[in-house]
Amino acid sequence: MSEPHLATQSTIPRERYVAVQSSPEFQELRSRLRRFVFPMSAAFLVWYALYVVLGAFAHDFMAIPVWGAINVGMLIGLGQFATTFLITGLYVRFANREIDPRAERIRAELEGGR
Amino acid sequence: MTTFLAAGTDVGNPAINIAIFVAFVAVTLFVVMRASRRNASADEFFTAGRAFTGPQNGVAISGDYLSAASFLGIAGAIAVYGYDGFLYSIGFLVAWLVALLLVAELLRNTGKFTMADVLSFRLRQRPVRLAAATNTLAVSLFYLLAQMAGAGGLVALLLNVESDWGQALVIAVVGVLMIVYVLVGGMKGTTWVQIIKAVLLIGGAGLMTLAVLFKFGLNFSDILASAQTAVSGSSNEAVAARDVLAPGAQYGASLTSKLNFISLALALVLGTAGLPHVLMRFYTVPTAKEARRSVVWAIALIGAFYLFTLALGYGAAAMVGPDRILGSPGGQNSAAPLLAFELGGVVLLAVISAVAFATILAVVAGLTITASASFAHDIYATLMKKHQVTEYEQVRVSRITAVVLGVFAIVLGILASGQNIAFLVALAFAVAAAANLPTILFSLYWRRFNTRGALWSMYGGLISTIVLIVFSPAVSGTPTSMLPNADFAWFPLSNPGIVSIPLAFALGVIGTLTSPDDEDPALAAEMEVRSLTGVGAERAVAH
Repeated sequence: MSEPHLATQSTIPRERYVAVQSSPEFQELRSRLRRFVFPMSAAFLVWYALYVVLGAFAHDFMAIPVWGAINVGMLIGLGQFATTFLITGLYVRFANREIDPRAERIRAELEGGR
Repeated sequence: MTTFLAAGTDVGNPAINIAIFVAFVAVTLFVVMRASRRNASADEFFTAGRAFTGPQNGVAISGDYLSAASFLGIAGAIAVYGYDGFLYSIGFLVAWLVALLLVAELLRNTGKFTMADVLSFRLRQRPVRLAAATNTLAVSLFYLLAQMAGAGGLVALLLNVESDWGQALVIAVVGVLMIVYVLVGGMKGTTWVQIIKAVLLIGGAGLMTLAVLFKFGLNFSDILASAQTAVSGSSNEAVAARDVLAPGAQYGASLTSKLNFISLALALVLGTAGLPHVLMRFYTVPTAKEARRSVVWAIALIGAFYLFTLALGYGAAAMVGPDRILGSPGGQNSAAPLLAFELGGVVLLAVISAVAFATILAVVAGLTITASASFAHDIYATLMKKHQVTEYEQVRVSRITAVVLGVFAIVLGILASGQNIAFLVALAFAVAAAANLPTILFSLYWRRFNTRGALWSMYGGLISTIVLIVFSPAVSGTPTSMLPNADFAWFPLSNPGIVSIPLAFALGVIGTLTSPDDEDPALAAEMEVRSLTGVGAERAVAH
């Protein structure tokens, strides 16, 4: 690695990152984040894929009237908006409670202990 | 003088349209000049000193993202095809969850100016950065081309400029204005243009939506029923036969058209978080938490906007009718402007027309600053000069690149005028999804991922997408193709995402597993710790 690198501009020595990475606090942060974002991403992608496939192939099902001119397709479509807003809200609450304080503690320790 | 829009009806007044647009340009230029007194450092020029707040950046993101194609195209598709237009619009919104959950914050913590900063962080600098910069330029160019080509058509529609040289002149004016915004304003000026435009666009669409809702006594079901009645009464039998409340009118014709739509949906939902001009916006805020707030604001605004287009599309079908929409010079794209005229006469039409036009300006400015930053920072400073350049020099190169790109975009925009622009936008999303997203996700979440995986995935995604497009019906073989008189299409879908995106993910895995795990573990540790905690992240510059 003779080339100048973004990382070399940092004033924190490399070994400290390796130590932090293997610390239980960091592992906890990492696994909490992944345990939230991976299943949630899978869920919304599957839900969206289901919608797209229904929209492409299940015209009759989507056309079933529910109320007035509003049919199943319209409700599922508006449901995509609702779930997008809901997941956004859930993630923000999760990140504010579970991620930010943990990340903040590790950062303070690393930057303070220089 | 020929009449505007529907032949025979005197709708709209080009002079008022132009006056309101000129007012927009004057106001934004004033703001850009005021906002950009200091643009000498690279931090100032590329990231606006990282001094925007999350909400400001969220509004700017929605301004960057909601192009004229979204506004006119989607409202028009809903007016003419009904449900399928709505189906199409949803991918653009859901896609933001990928950005929110998986990309925005970690990217903000790890990078400095460009997407390539993140992708090359722990891999071999030169080849990976070159690939990332190539993809940045490719995506930006396709997107830019779509916007410039669209400008010509939009001008014909909104300003009653029908002659070829007249359209060329307007494209040139758009290009020159964009160059001025970027040269003078840098990222800060561009961001303010996007904020002003987003407020006008979303506010205008919101007011029109309220007007439509009140016309129908706040009964959404009534709007839908009236739209269906109006479409069924069309003098065109094919249009009259459409069920606009259920899917199928646009994408349901055959198995190929259904697969084509699924392929498009895949590119939309995975492409957004790989668009370089979207990613670069996350560097304009000081922290990961502000990046998160940006996306939350963007999701709220973009979601509201697509709900508005739903009401506007069906409202245009019900109040204007498919025959008048399809009979006007702009075809289905004129649904929203015609509805504006129906609701608010000449003045509202002029406002909506000017907003649609301003939309193109703001989007092309965002694309240009992204592409020129990537060229100056990734290719010039890192690859050509090996970091032996001052920040001042980087900014100078970026400014020159912006001018070159602007001229290039003007020429291409004039040549591409009248082309099918929807496919160019779809192509930009498909390239972003295939060439960028796999490497972004792998390098953030998969420790074993290495240089060969990145290169195979990035070049494989880029090349497969472009090759499949070239041999698709979008380019040759049908009357609506780019080259209608040639036929070398062997790939049946105009949207290659369904093949190229899985292929790029697979190439990333195969490339990684077939080469030794020889990347520097300390660098990987540094990237992971920095991405999750924000340690050492670029700070806001002091003012």
